[in-house]
Amino acid sequence: MADLYVGKTEEFEDRDRKIIAQGSLEIGVFHVDGEFYAYENNCVHQGGPACQGKIINRVEEVIHETEKTAHGLKFSETDVHIVCPWHGYEYNVRDGRHPGNKNIRLRPFKVEIKDGEVYVVV
Amino acid sequence: MDTGIEQVKENPIKEITTYTDSRDILAKARQQADERNFDDIFIADIDAHHTETESWREIIAYIDDPVVRAQAEEMVLHRSGTPPYGLNGDLALRYQDVGGRIPHQAARSEKVDESEIQEAGHRDLVLAKRAYEAMGIDVQVVFPTPMLFLGMHPQFDMEAILGKAYNRWQVENILKKDPKLKTMMFLPFNDPEAALETIEEFGDSPGCVGFMVTSVRYKAVHHNHYMKVYRALEERGLPLGFHAGYYWQDPFMMQINRFGSMHALSFVWCNVVHMTNWIMNGLPERFPGLPVVWIESGLSWVPWLMQRLDHTYLMRSSEAPLLKKLPSEYMKEMFYTCQPLETDHMKAVELTFEMINAKTQLLYASDWPHFDFDTPSVIWDLPFLDEESKLNILGRNAQRLFDFSK
Repeated sequence: MADLYVGKTEEFEDRDRKIIAQGSLEIGVFHVDGEFYAYENNCVHQGGPACQGKIINRVEEVIHETEKTAHGLKFSETDVHIVCPWHGYEYNVRDGRHPGNKNIRLRPFKVEIKDGEVYVVV
Repeated sequence: MDTGIEQVKENPIKEITTYTDSRDILAKARQQADERNFDDIFIADIDAHHTETESWREIIAYIDDPVVRAQAEEMVLHRSGTPPYGLNGDLALRYQDVGGRIPHQAARSEKVDESEIQEAGHRDLVLAKRAYEAMGIDVQVVFPTPMLFLGMHPQFDMEAILGKAYNRWQVENILKKDPKLKTMMFLPFNDPEAALETIEEFGDSPGCVGFMVTSVRYKAVHHNHYMKVYRALEERGLPLGFHAGYYWQDPFMMQINRFGSMHALSFVWCNVVHMTNWIMNGLPERFPGLPVVWIESGLSWVPWLMQRLDHTYLMRSSEAPLLKKLPSEYMKEMFYTCQPLETDHMKAVELTFEMINAKTQLLYASDWPHFDFDTPSVIWDLPFLDEESKLNILGRNAQRLFDFSK
């Protein structure tokens, strides 16, 4: 176990990230809605740079509650995705899981904040 | 003091965009290639693309017809707000990058120094080299992109006019300048006479390793008009490729509301129809020396169609009297490019490889830079393949099929 220094918390805007590397291990550290999350920068699909794509809210379909009719698409107000830029695999930034298959998941790392500094535990 | 602990470094590229260098986009493909020693094996990519519209001003200069050429030049120089002259690109082209989520599909606006262009001979060549070197590819067969829709052009003669201009441009600006790049020449299939002329004009061109029909069209491949085309290819020993595409305006596809749904079906359906006609009309018996390659439909459709056609043929052999064996046996002798390889049901993939005799018939293809591209690792990492099969699929099968020395 080792703590990798990522940077100071103040260096992160909201919906910001850093991509850090130690040897061949590359980790994306995200700052979304005041929380930090870290995942290996390695897409489950083909090993693409999953942490270097768009940060975008999950798309939802608007369905009438009783009539079940469809009324277009909207962006989720809560779920934020990170998107692998190679092929578009999307992962929830809070748990690293694909919305359609919970077993498709980016490798997560614990993030620790100490004295205003961000560390990833590997 | 050396602590033995590697320093943490920060990757300056937080987000990959349309302006990111191809080598940075594909940095992990390069890493995969290094880990698997791809530089020590021969890898042939039988389907990659450039965006010919970026060179459209150059291409239209090769149009023979002086009136069409003048119209094209006038439009390119002075008119905005419309697609490049002569092209009939499908509306679905606007959706391919999933709303900007897959930037390399949208555009490659990366910086290329003038000195690099001068050295390579063309911006396309710089971009191609950055990508094929990143993936460890030794030879790459390149196709156009929006021109894949020309088979549906309402002006009958436009496919041949633009096809010839594009082929000439490609020979002079791409194929003569980078021996690693090859093509199966664009065949204007709606006009059999023009197709025959195309084979005669370009059959011996440098880098021409075969000819390609864009599969999106309503033309029956067994029509008698085409027999002379197939004969000409067979005599020259040049493979014929059917490059799939989609067509959202197809009456059946018009029921579909989402790009992905339409793409999943339409990119296969065109080749399903052509393959069915090819087999049931006995074209493998009429042209036994003509290799046929099915490009960019993935592979999962092949076992399905084998089963459908075998089942039908055995009940109705009088409708396919030229056949001397089952449709699936003919299909097993044809060639297929692997991309996009549907790898989410591994047992089915393994059975598919067995049914198509992948060890000798399957050809690796990247389809770079499109949204569903496959790196060579997709083949290399399949758990059921032996090393000889991997080497065959990644390059040796293609080496046997195509004359890459041209």
